Amino acid sequence: MIGKKRILVACGTAVATSTVVAKAVEEALEKRGIQATIQQCKASEVPSKAADADLIITTTPVATDHGKPVIQTLAFLTGIGKDAVLEQIIEKLGA
Amino acid sequence: MGLNQYLSESNILLGLAAESSSDVIRQLGKTLLKDGYVKESYIDAVINWEKTLPTGLPLDGDVNVAIPHTDIEHVNKSAVAMATLAKPVTFQNMVGPSESVAVKIVFLLALEEPHAQIEMLQEVAGVVQNAGVLKALLAATDPKEVLLAFEKTETDSVSD
Repeated sequence: MIGKKRILVACGTAVATSTVVAKAVEEALEKRGIQATIQQCKASEVPSKAADADLIITTTPVATDHGKPVIQTLAFLTGIGKDAVLEQIIEKLGA
Repeated sequence: MGLNQYLSESNILLGLAAESSSDVIRQLGKTLLKDGYVKESYIDAVINWEKTLPTGLPLDGDVNVAIPHTDIEHVNKSAVAMATLAKPVTFQNMVGPSESVAVKIVFLLALEEPHAQIEMLQEVAGVVQNAGVLKALLAATDPKEVLLAFEKTETDSVSD
């Protein structure tokens, strides 16, 4: 594996839903043997932090004009479509 | 170390009659303010937050949930207030704000820094994902029944 993947998890406050999502993504990737560094931020901070990320996962609309893949999803909160989103994450990470 | 540590009977409103999402937030927020969990600025902050960063979560069944909250500066101590609504109230979808979500259960979150309340947040998500518990919450007529339903999910989640 070439270095750890960097995932930015965004939500409105950076303390509520992104906390749940970050933990869930971390655990799910670990089970697949994928190591990733996960950082949380506010949706408004995405433009300034996107450069340091390989993938952005968000529960709320964020800027998408920074050239990094963005996955907008509630799956890790509602459980709906979680497996499909996980596959999408792994694919976008190229892991 | 779960939800019940942050949720008290005095912060549970069952069969609440509310006109709008702001009305729910105001009525629930008052219970948190009264118990000293949040600052005077909290209720307006949550209402304004909801307008730009809505928190409606559309679910699979016929029960949808909203989890209004705001910045940590308006909070004294982490807590949760919960309401079941007599009639559904419209919130906007968190991930797609142009979409309306008819919400019957609201968890109003008073949050401090992210890692202070991770179990609480995970448990709220666990409840959202558990149709059986949501049903039990809607059927509850006494706050004690709500706390009991959450105690059961805590036991369940241990084996998760």
